[in-house]
Amino acid sequence: MAASSKPGSPRPPPSSSSSMAQDLFNNFSFSKTLKLKTKQQELLIRVTVLTLIYILAFITRLFSVLRYESMIHEFDPYFNYRTTLYLTKNGFAEFWNWFDSESWYPLGRIIGGTLYPGLMLTAAALYWVLRFLRFAVHIREVCVLTAPFFASNTTLVAYFFGKEIWDSGAGIVAAALIAICPGYISRSVAGSYDNEGVAIFALLLTFYLFVKAVNTGSLAWALASAFGYFYMVSAWGGYVFIINLVPLYVLVLLVTGRYSLRLYVAYNCMYVVGMLLAMQIRFVGFQHVQSGEHMAAMGVFFLLQVFFFLDWVRHLLSDAKLFEAFLRITVTGAVSVGAIALGVGTASGYISPWTGRFYSLLDPTYAKDHIPIIASVSEHQPTAWSSFMFDFHILLILFPAGLYFCFKRLSDATIFIVMYGLTSMYFAGVMVRLILVATPAVCLISAIAVSATVKNLTRLVRSQSQAVQSGSSKGASTAKSSSKGVIDNSQPFQRNGAILLLLGAFYLLTRYAIHCTWVTSEAYSSPSIVLAARGAHGNRVIFDDYREAYFWLRQNTPPDAKVMSWWDYGYQITAMGNRTVIVDNNTWNNTHIATVGRAMSSYEDEAYEIMRSLDVDYVLVVFGGVTGYSSDDINKFLWMVRIGGGVFPVIKEPDYLVNGEYRVDKGAAPKMLNCLMYKLSYYRFGELTTEYGKPPGFDRARGVEIGNKDIKLEYLEEAFTTQNWIVRIYKVKPPKNRW
Amino acid sequence: MEEQPHFRVPLSLLLFLSLFLLPTSFSSTHDLQILNAERRIDLTSHIIKVYLTLKVENLGTSPASEVHLAFSPAEAEHLAIVKAAATSGKRKKKTYIPLDVKSAELPDGPNGTKFFTVTLLTSLNKGETATLEVLYILTHSLEPFPVEITQSESQLVYFRDSAILLSPYHVKEQTTFIKTPSTRVESFTVVDPAKRAGTELKYGPYEDQPPYSYSPVLVHFENNNPFAVVEELEREIEISHWGNVQVTERYRLVHAGARHKGAFSRVEYQTRPDATGVSSFKHLLAKLPPKVHSVYYRDEIGNVSTSNLRTDYRKSELEFQPRYPLFGGWKSTFVIGYGLPLQDFLFESPDGRRYLNFTFGCPLTQTVVDKLILKVVLPEGSKDPTAVIPFQVDQHLEIKYSYLDVIGRTVVVLEKSNVVPEHNVPFQVYYTFNPIFMLAEPLMLSIAIFLFFVASVSYLHADLSIRK
Repeated sequence: MAASSKPGSPRPPPSSSSSMAQDLFNNFSFSKTLKLKTKQQELLIRVTVLTLIYILAFITRLFSVLRYESMIHEFDPYFNYRTTLYLTKNGFAEFWNWFDSESWYPLGRIIGGTLYPGLMLTAAALYWVLRFLRFAVHIREVCVLTAPFFASNTTLVAYFFGKEIWDSGAGIVAAALIAICPGYISRSVAGSYDNEGVAIFALLLTFYLFVKAVNTGSLAWALASAFGYFYMVSAWGGYVFIINLVPLYVLVLLVTGRYSLRLYVAYNCMYVVGMLLAMQIRFVGFQHVQSGEHMAAMGVFFLLQVFFFLDWVRHLLSDAKLFEAFLRITVTGAVSVGAIALGVGTASGYISPWTGRFYSLLDPTYAKDHIPIIASVSEHQPTAWSSFMFDFHILLILFPAGLYFCFKRLSDATIFIVMYGLTSMYFAGVMVRLILVATPAVCLISAIAVSATVKNLTRLVRSQSQAVQSGSSKGASTAKSSSKGVIDNSQPFQRNGAILLLLGAFYLLTRYAIHCTWVTSEAYSSPSIVLAARGAHGNRVIFDDYREAYFWLRQNTPPDAKVMSWWDYGYQITAMGNRTVIVDNNTWNNTHIATVGRAMSSYEDEAYEIMRSLDVDYVLVVFGGVTGYSSDDINKFLWMVRIGGGVFPVIKEPDYLVNGEYRVDKGAAPKMLNCLMYKLSYYRFGELTTEYGKPPGFDRARGVEIGNKDIKLEYLEEAFTTQNWIVRIYKVKPPKNRW
Repeated sequence: MEEQPHFRVPLSLLLFLSLFLLPTSFSSTHDLQILNAERRIDLTSHIIKVYLTLKVENLGTSPASEVHLAFSPAEAEHLAIVKAAATSGKRKKKTYIPLDVKSAELPDGPNGTKFFTVTLLTSLNKGETATLEVLYILTHSLEPFPVEITQSESQLVYFRDSAILLSPYHVKEQTTFIKTPSTRVESFTVVDPAKRAGTELKYGPYEDQPPYSYSPVLVHFENNNPFAVVEELEREIEISHWGNVQVTERYRLVHAGARHKGAFSRVEYQTRPDATGVSSFKHLLAKLPPKVHSVYYRDEIGNVSTSNLRTDYRKSELEFQPRYPLFGGWKSTFVIGYGLPLQDFLFESPDGRRYLNFTFGCPLTQTVVDKLILKVVLPEGSKDPTAVIPFQVDQHLEIKYSYLDVIGRTVVVLEKSNVVPEHNVPFQVYYTFNPIFMLAEPLMLSIAIFLFFVASVSYLHADLSIRK
């Protein structure tokens, strides 16, 4: 059996936490023994700290509710909210078979087969439980608070994970770090009702259970991790990360000679049961056996069988030479069979090739060249250094330190966390949104650094000040650091230095807490539906134009009206406006989106033909020229041109540029000045003075006077414009009478 | 109630019955006459108020104690409220004594005429006269014409009525004054003598009109007042004996004036507020009780941030804007909720029962409510609810489950259509309640937490492991 730093020694039979809790209870119930033993004190402090962290993780995410209101944020959460609402109203069967005719008109969308239902089912289950307990809550409140609730649960998982890979001290620090880490908060504030909210919990839980299974070799833990994986698959497409990281981890263990029966049990059980369970999700279906992204897991599965077989043969064969020959034959045979199977599967089309999204993860420049629709999303951009700093702060420095500690004490568990940390860090660098996946690993590894450092330093401080008290830590580390302490004892100022370093660590952690709170309250708590700005007198000005427009659509247009807008607003229009949209954030049909992009970038008469063919009744554009709101449709327009031009070569990007420059003022390209998007955005804008001392028609978002002030619309008419002009809705006129 | 059954019965029997059931109406119909009738019709808003002053004389021999008022079918359909008062004294010393008004049926009225009976305080003997002041309110009686207007046009409406008072009695002398909101009157039917001065149209005086005379007139004039109509209002008043009355009002508001046609231009609406969209409205005012707290204003998609609350010790005023200005035909739905201190609204009656004393009707000023559903949610465990309302409403009971309810709360549901601000009068709901029920929910929570602890303790003490 391969060497392992923590061999499969049986864990203390009753789980340690429960026995400690029992002790704790005894202390509470029998008030005679008010004096607690050190161990009990430690437990009391640990439980208290964990409870506080649990609460802290929840309430720090409530900034958005305090600053704004209890509402659903951004884009995708509106779809999730709408489907959850449908689920709670119509029950699971209806939800599962729902054909949504309100989106992707005239194609529609099969909701049950094209979504990860984990989030909706979780929220609905919470809602049903609360209803059963007679808490008359609204489903919206449940949805808003789902993400913070799961963030709290994540801190608990982080604690246990930290405890599993290092010690309980590292677990507590990890829980505390992840509770307030901005990288995670960005996706889990109250109202951010998105898949990631529960998926990070599921991800970490799966990893924790898997590591636990590898450490113990217990079938029960492996099964639990398979169920964790099932939950993850049902919640988020990011499960692909698990199904690739775990085999990679197994492979590394195999290569480094750490193969054990524990690993065999853990991986086989987790993979087989997890795969079968995952196939129950309609959106995933048979991908586990048919898609290229999942083939690594299957390959490792077979490899593991070969390994086991070889182990068995070696056990039977006493002759080392014979075994060597046998090994060579088997390995060659297995590898060639695997390669042939993969080759045949790929060639016959049984195994689908990697998807564009997967490619773009491996090659950051891929999306830019081939799939503009992925590249156009801001959260798919490569990460800037500043956002690493913003989201991780001191963890960025602690991360390498933690890696050092991990390498110093290599075990199956620390190898896992190192691999998780390194791979997710790479993905975080490729795409901004994947910082989220890296956050738990970064927190855990940093926690190891913090915990180990602080522990060593305090031991130094205490070893001098008084008689050495034996800590409750594990034998190995105690021995190591005490021996270090003996050496260090000879150095002068060592204690003062340790105190200074402790203060430094304390200062760093304080800065981290301050930074996290500040980031949460300032940057990550905006719902982006409601915009807030500072007025001239420092007062808070609210721009509620999105909801104004959506509510207008909801109340004052025919119930079957079709609204055309850029896909960003599709989910919001269906959820808040309750109207049919042509395209939405699902982006499953590139041609359809390109058609809308083409309509937006054509002249009005050409666009009218397209809109007639799509049965469009209203066109909605977002315009920030009056308020200076920069993420409006004019700024997104080049993507519409690109995506439209990708399918319809009539649309050529250079037509909209002047010397490669994108302009909207007098020097803009003539096609730009007369395309539908320009006309709809700036219709009658030339009559309005937006800023004192500037000519009328001054676009505050781009800081220029617009180039075409005399816009006449022939086929459309202004139906509604919100108070601050952020959303403008136009009605498509019926065709003229021919006579 | 002296309502007649609607079956076809022989006339003689009918007369016989009426003799029995309506002992006084028999004599009064023909023996009374109206000496002087003066009508003042106020068309300044979309709630039409008609002030009618009648001087009635009894010509017959038998004493008469009832006076009938007649309404045409069109009026009857839109009639929200009829109030009558007897006046005595002159000018400044005038005193008003409210009189009882009931709907009635008379056998000899023309097709579809609806009658109301005013019961006088003292019956009129032969030759005596009495002066009555009648106020009735009509809703939905201004018909926009043109039916659709653009943003820059102002709203013109038709008003149809009769120049001559519809009455079952002979009217000796009568005059009708119609007050329009502005001087812009496009046209009006001339029934001599009729004249117009400023914002007032005068029809009459007409003399010696026989019973049921009718002379239709049509006035076409400008009315840019907000035609704010609440299609349905659901008010839920939830009583908590822990000290709070929570009111939740769900509105479905519509601009019932001339429909908006063509484009809505924000530029024009912003830069020339006086000339465009004159019939639209963007503000509404709700008059709430004093000491109101935790006011919220939201709709299906979230909070609406444009509202303003002014409170003083006598009243609270909530001024709020719908998300967008309402043009003709545009709709909006929203919810207003607020809490009120319990001691201001809940009292104990001498017989030991409790009663809620609250205002009926809609707190919005100048709005018509087509259908008002008022729900009084009594605390869990309340019994025998009875509602006391000064006018006819539909009543039934419901059960509602709120936080931690086991048997559910009794809900008294009152429904009334065509409600105008004049319906904002107090009403009472009586019920019996045992204060022990107040403790039910805290006890339940304590028991639940206790059980949780017991379960934890027993779990920690039980050894579930298989291996020993």
